[in-house]
Amino acid sequence: MIAQECSGSSDEELLDRFQRAAFDYFLSHSNSENGLVADTSRPGAPASIAVVGFALSCYPVGVERGWMARADAVARTLNTLRFFLGSMQSEQPDATGYMGFYYHFLDIRTGRRAWQSELSLIDTTLLLAGVLTASAYFNQDSASETEIRACAEAIYRRIDWQWAQGGATTVRQGWRPESGFLHYGWEGYSEASMLYVLGLASPTHPLPDHSFRAWTVTYQWESIYDYEFLYAGPLFIHQYSHAWIDFAGIRDRFMREKDSDYFENSRRATYVQREYARRNPYGFAGYGKNCWGFTANDGPGFKTLTIAGRRRNVFGYAARGVPFGPDDGTIDPCIALASLPFAPELALPLLRHMCASYPQMIGDSRLPSGFNPTLVGEHAAGWVSEGYFGLDQGLLVLMIENYRSRLIWTLMRTCPYIGAGLRRAGFKGGWLS
Amino acid sequence: MTNLNAPPDDRFRRALIENAHPGGWRNPGCAAKYNLVIIGAGPGGLTAARAAAALGAKVALIERDLIGGSCLSIGCVPSKALIRTARLYAEMRAAENFGGQVPGQISIGFATVMERMRRIQARLSRAESARRLSELGIDVYFGEARFTGSDSVAVAGQVLRFSKALVATGARPLTPPIPGLAETGYLTNENVFNLTECPASLLVVGGGPLGCELAQAFRRFGSRVIIAQDDPTFLPKEERDAAQILSDSLARDGVEIHLNTAVVSVHVQGAQKIVDLVCDGERFSVTVDEILAGIGRAPNVESMNLEAAGVRYDSAGGIQVDDFLRSSNRRIYAAGDVCLEDKFTHAAEASARIAVRNALFMGRSRLSALTIPWCTYTDPEIAHVGLYVRQARERAIPVRTFTILMHDVDRAVTDGEEEGFVKIHVKQGSDQILGATVVACHAGEMINGLSLAISSRIGLRRLARVIHTYPTQAEAIKMAADAYMRTRRTRMLRSLSRRWLAW
Repeated sequence: MIAQECSGSSDEELLDRFQRAAFDYFLSHSNSENGLVADTSRPGAPASIAVVGFALSCYPVGVERGWMARADAVARTLNTLRFFLGSMQSEQPDATGYMGFYYHFLDIRTGRRAWQSELSLIDTTLLLAGVLTASAYFNQDSASETEIRACAEAIYRRIDWQWAQGGATTVRQGWRPESGFLHYGWEGYSEASMLYVLGLASPTHPLPDHSFRAWTVTYQWESIYDYEFLYAGPLFIHQYSHAWIDFAGIRDRFMREKDSDYFENSRRATYVQREYARRNPYGFAGYGKNCWGFTANDGPGFKTLTIAGRRRNVFGYAARGVPFGPDDGTIDPCIALASLPFAPELALPLLRHMCASYPQMIGDSRLPSGFNPTLVGEHAAGWVSEGYFGLDQGLLVLMIENYRSRLIWTLMRTCPYIGAGLRRAGFKGGWLS
Repeated sequence: MTNLNAPPDDRFRRALIENAHPGGWRNPGCAAKYNLVIIGAGPGGLTAARAAAALGAKVALIERDLIGGSCLSIGCVPSKALIRTARLYAEMRAAENFGGQVPGQISIGFATVMERMRRIQARLSRAESARRLSELGIDVYFGEARFTGSDSVAVAGQVLRFSKALVATGARPLTPPIPGLAETGYLTNENVFNLTECPASLLVVGGGPLGCELAQAFRRFGSRVIIAQDDPTFLPKEERDAAQILSDSLARDGVEIHLNTAVVSVHVQGAQKIVDLVCDGERFSVTVDEILAGIGRAPNVESMNLEAAGVRYDSAGGIQVDDFLRSSNRRIYAAGDVCLEDKFTHAAEASARIAVRNALFMGRSRLSALTIPWCTYTDPEIAHVGLYVRQARERAIPVRTFTILMHDVDRAVTDGEEEGFVKIHVKQGSDQILGATVVACHAGEMINGLSLAISSRIGLRRLARVIHTYPTQAEAIKMAADAYMRTRRTRMLRSLSRRWLAW
C-alpha cells in the first residue's frame, strides 16, 4: 500500500507525510500535565529529557505547518518549562536534577529520576536546546509567552557548567549521586558541540575557553574511502547539534586548519556511510547505495546466531558505526533520512527505496529505530525494532524542517547564547560575521 | 592442585635450565678489571654483552636466575606460544567460515599446549646458553649482584671491578592493592605459565596488553573469562577505534567484558574466589577459580645496593637516567625495563646498544632519537609507532590521517582476516609520517615497514612508489600512500592533465 502511495508522491508530499507522522509521536506519547515525553512508544517507557528537548523544538514546527494551534503549543511548552524549573534539584537520588542538570530518564508521571540513570550532560544539553528554541520562537508579549522566555532563561542560568568539569579541563559525561562523576569524558569528535556552545555561553557559570580547545585536541581528521573528514563512526554524532545550529560557512580553528566546516563534514560523513554500505564488507543483506544508516540505535538483542552457515553476533541497543564497526547488519532508516539537509541526493532515493522494498516495516508512515534484513523475519525487512524512539522521531521532524524551510536554524540564529557560545569556541565567518 | 611456584619438571624444562642456568656452573675467576660489568641477562643485558664482547671489551654478565630474562621465561616467548595455539582453536571453531569442516568434537589438551610452550622455550634458550656466551668471551656469573662501591660489584663471594657497568635487571609484576588478593592468591605473568590445568573460570584484572592477550587465549582454551578494566576502553594508550575493535573481538570470543569497573575486594569461599566489583557505583560479585592480575610492572631496583654506587632511583620509575642512559654515577648506565617507560624486549635491546656505545666509546647516542614500535598480540593484533594524533595536536602539529580498512585489502579478504585498519598520520602540508597504527591479524609484522619509513624519513610519496608484493596484507600500507597521492591531484592538475591528453 505505502509502496504505491509513495511512488506516486512528489518529494515534498513524501517528506510532509513522514514529518507529520514523526511529529505525531510527541502528541501521543507525552504527559500533558508535566510535558514529559516517553523515550519510546513501548509500554512502561520512562521519559527521556533529550526527547523532551526535541519535543519543545518540534512544537514550533507543528505550529508553522498547521498541525498544532499556537495556543496548544504554548500550553504544552509552558507546562514543560514550569515542570523543569519547579522540580526537585538536589543530591537526593530520586530528585529530578542537580546543579541545574537533569537525570537522563525520569518517571513520566512523577518526574523523578528513573532507572537509577545518570545526571546526563548531553541529554540536558538537548533538553536545553529545546528550551532555547521555544524561547526564540514564542516571542510575543502575551503573559504565557513572556513566562516561557523567563522560565527558559532561569533554567539555563541555573546550570553550573563549571561544576560539570569535575576538576578536569573538559566536561564529564555525567554524575551519579551514588558514585560521583562518571570517570570518562568526551574523547574524539562527538555530538558534544552543542554542549560546549551552551556551556561557553552561560552568563552565570561558563566553561572556560580552553575547554573547547582541549576537547578538539582529541579530534581525528581522516581520509576514509577517499573522503577526508573529521571522523566519528555513528551518524547521529554528525547530526544532533546540527538539528539546531546551521554550521554551514562558519568555522572554528580546527575547520579553518582543514579548510572545511562542520556542515560539509556531515555531508562527507553521510557519503562515507553510503560507501560502506555499497562495499558491504561483511556481506549483510539489504546493504547498498540506497540502504544505509549506521548509528546508535535499537537492535535484535545481544546474541550469536548462525545464518547461512556464518556465525553472526548481533546486538541490542548499541552505538553502531562505520567503517570500524560494530556492524551487525542493523540499519537505522531514521538517521539516514535525517541526512536530508546534508545530502538530499542520497537521502531521498533512500526513502523511496525503503518504501518500495520494506513497506511492512513502515507503520503509519513512521520509520522504526532499526531493521535487520539479514535476520529471518516475517517479511523482507527481517527483524524490525518494536515501536518507535522519540529521539529518532524528533530528529526527523527537525531535519526535514531544516531541509524544507530552515526554520530551526533560522530561529536559533536569533538565540544570543548560540552566537555567543560559537564565538567563544572560536567560530568565525558565515552568518556569524 | 597445581604447584604454581615452578613449571613441571619435564625434559624441556630441564633442557631450558641446562642452557639458562646450568647445574654445577662455576663462575669464572674474575679479571683484574672489566671494561663492562652487566647486571641482568635478559634481552638488554644479552644484547649489551654480545655487542661489547664483539668489539673486544672484557665483559662480565651477572644473572641471578635464568639467562634470557622475563622474555624467555615468563614473558613474550611463552605468551606468544600459547596465543598461537589459542588462535588455532579459534580457527578450528570458525572452520565453516573458511569453507572447512572439523571432524568430530574439538577437545583441548591443555597439558600438550603447555608442553609445546616449554619445548619452544627450551629451543630458544639454546641460542643464548651460558656456555655459548662463554665461548664468545663473556664471563658469565650466576648470583645476586651488589654494588660495593662506585666501581665495583660483588657476586657470589667475588668482587668485580669495572670501568663501566650496565644495569639491565628488568621489571616484575606489580601487586595490585586489592584487599584480600594477596591472601587469596593470584596469577601474574610470573606464574601463569606454570599452570598445568586450564582454570574453569578466570577473572582478568586490567585491560592492558597482557590482560587482553591472556584473556582471549584462555577463553579460546575453554575457560569462562571475565575481564574487568577500570577505564572506558581497553589499552587506554591506543586509538579508540583500535580499542573498540579489540573489545568487539573479545566479546565475539565470549569474554565477559566489564569496562569502567574496579575490583574492590577478594575473598575465598571453599575452593573458589569471590571477587567484588564496582561499576558506576553499583556493586556486584563474580565467582572464579583463578584471578590474573595484569596491572603494571615495577622495576627491579632493590637488593643491588645502588646507594653504595651513588645511583639514584625510585621504586616506581626505576633507575634515573639521562637521554644517554647514564645514571647519576657516570660509570654506570642502565637499559631496558629497569629505567624505561616503554617496557618491551625490543626497547631493552635498542637501549642496551645505545648504552654500550655511550659507555665504552664516548658515544652521544640519544634514547629520544629511537623510533620504538609496539604491538599487543591479541587477535587482531594492535601495533603502533611514532606519534598518536592527540600527541601531535597537543604539540600544535596539524595532522591528516590516511586510513585503509583491511576489508579493502585483497589478501585480508582471502585470508578471512578482514578486521582492522592501517592508519598513517602525516604532517599536514607534507608527506612526513608522524606515526601509524595498524590493527590486523599480523599487525606486528606490518608495523615494521612503517617503523622503517619513519626512522629513515621516508614519506608517503616515496612509499607510494615502493612496489609491494600482491597479494599481501602489508599492501594496505601502499594503499594508504596511494590515497595520499590522490589528494595531490588538485583540480588544476586534473584540468591540465585533461588539456594535455586532449591534444
